[in-house]
Amino acid sequence: MASYSTNEFRSGLKVLLDGDPCAILENEFVKPGKGQAFNRVKLRNLTNNRVWERTFKSGESLEAADVIDQDMEYLYTDGEFWHFMMTDGSFEQHAADQKAVADALKWLKEQDVYTVTLYNGAPLSVTPPNFVELEVVETDPGMKGDTAQGGSKPATLSTGAVVSVPLFITIGDVLKVDTRSGEYVNRVKNG
Amino acid sequence: MTPVGQWQPTASVAALRERAGQLAYLRSFFDRRGVLETETPVLGRHGVTDLNLDSVGASFEPISGSPARSGWLQTSPEYHMKRLLAAGSGPIFQVFRAFRSGERGSRHNPEFSLLEWYRPGFTDVELMAEVAELVCGWLGCEQPQTLTYRDAMMRFAGVDPFAVSEQELEQRCERWLGAGHAFGLGRDGWLDVLMSHEVEVALRDQPPTFITAYPASQAALARISVQDGIEVAHRFELYVAGMELCNGYWELTDADEQRQRFLADNDARKRAGKPEMPVDGALLSALAAGMPDCAGVALGLDRLLMLRMGVATIAEVVAFPLEIA
Repeated sequence: MASYSTNEFRSGLKVLLDGDPCAILENEFVKPGKGQAFNRVKLRNLTNNRVWERTFKSGESLEAADVIDQDMEYLYTDGEFWHFMMTDGSFEQHAADQKAVADALKWLKEQDVYTVTLYNGAPLSVTPPNFVELEVVETDPGMKGDTAQGGSKPATLSTGAVVSVPLFITIGDVLKVDTRSGEYVNRVKNG
Repeated sequence: MTPVGQWQPTASVAALRERAGQLAYLRSFFDRRGVLETETPVLGRHGVTDLNLDSVGASFEPISGSPARSGWLQTSPEYHMKRLLAAGSGPIFQVFRAFRSGERGSRHNPEFSLLEWYRPGFTDVELMAEVAELVCGWLGCEQPQTLTYRDAMMRFAGVDPFAVSEQELEQRCERWLGAGHAFGLGRDGWLDVLMSHEVEVALRDQPPTFITAYPASQAALARISVQDGIEVAHRFELYVAGMELCNGYWELTDADEQRQRFLADNDARKRAGKPEMPVDGALLSALAAGMPDCAGVALGLDRLLMLRMGVATIAEVVAFPLEIA
């Protein structure tokens, strides 16, 4: 496997640190004039999303991590694994475990396309698109006239996600939701 | 990352004007004090032996009377200026374009502007007063405080650099380097971690601060004396808003000791897997012929300009940093 020296570190590079795959976020060069040069690096540990700060002696190298992002369609779950299929026409399938889908679970809709991060060929994490469109399956009765503003209420979506919505939303409506904040954006179809 | 095809400078026109103003200020500062402006070679036959300074190499066709085919872009004008001092130049200054390989970051560019000056008859303490006058006169900052290296380390990192054991230092640095990764850096390397990660950061909230009395192992070209039973170097640095601005010495004038230090540097380079650098015999001859007692200092002009303009990156004051030069 290739390795990268500190002077090749840049945002987005995937490396192995203490055995875990990490993405480099920031790389800052520091050096007392007459002293040892260091690179202060911020990395995201891709197995748990925690941000690490670590200093390296300039010139040190880290092994590259075999990490790639692939677009895949979500097929189904058998209760233990969540199955995805490549969208490149190869029909190649990958099974992601609970840990890999954890953050995406409440946004998973069959036939929608997600970014699956593969580490050594196996799903490490699943990232939903920034916006998804999902149907409301449960909410308090709507107040049809009130389309302006006012209060909000919880609504349960087809995937199980609960989002805060305006009072006029009713069961059967299809909503656009921002998966990064979990916030309602707008209504795309009346139920 | 800067696009490779970018033609526009990274510094504003305002920064270019401020830089020109800074040069005029410096020349008038030294003119009023009777310090002579000099020019010395950027390209020399010798680089430096410092463990942590890497020179940029250059190659050229040999010339009549000198078979050399390669040389080095100077990391500072120090060696040549000391030869001028030994030749009786009296007080001298220079605005110099220096080169240090591999140094690029928010405060570093491999090619940078260095102000260097020498004061025969001055001690380090007298030169620090002149540095303060020059810097505060330009930045309008308050007068610097002075802390010894030991006081600064104890106050801001909680470590006595002269008493701490290597084992304690290594453990102390694990919070930055990771458990099991701190080995092999060596005493000065570990102290550099604390200096750059803790002391420097704490100095952001301090008035301008001179750090003095460095460990003898970090003396470089400074003379050494014993203070409170500890060998320390007559070396000083000035930090303004946590930014290292200059490095000065009460200069070593002993040719034999200087030769020993160069050889020790090369041993350290060999241990670190770096190429050894030929020792500059002309400098040693100048010291042997008699360089006057003097103090000298090198000050980063790009950083001085960053402080003057209140900007965070060197690219904002350098028209064309290396990647687009």
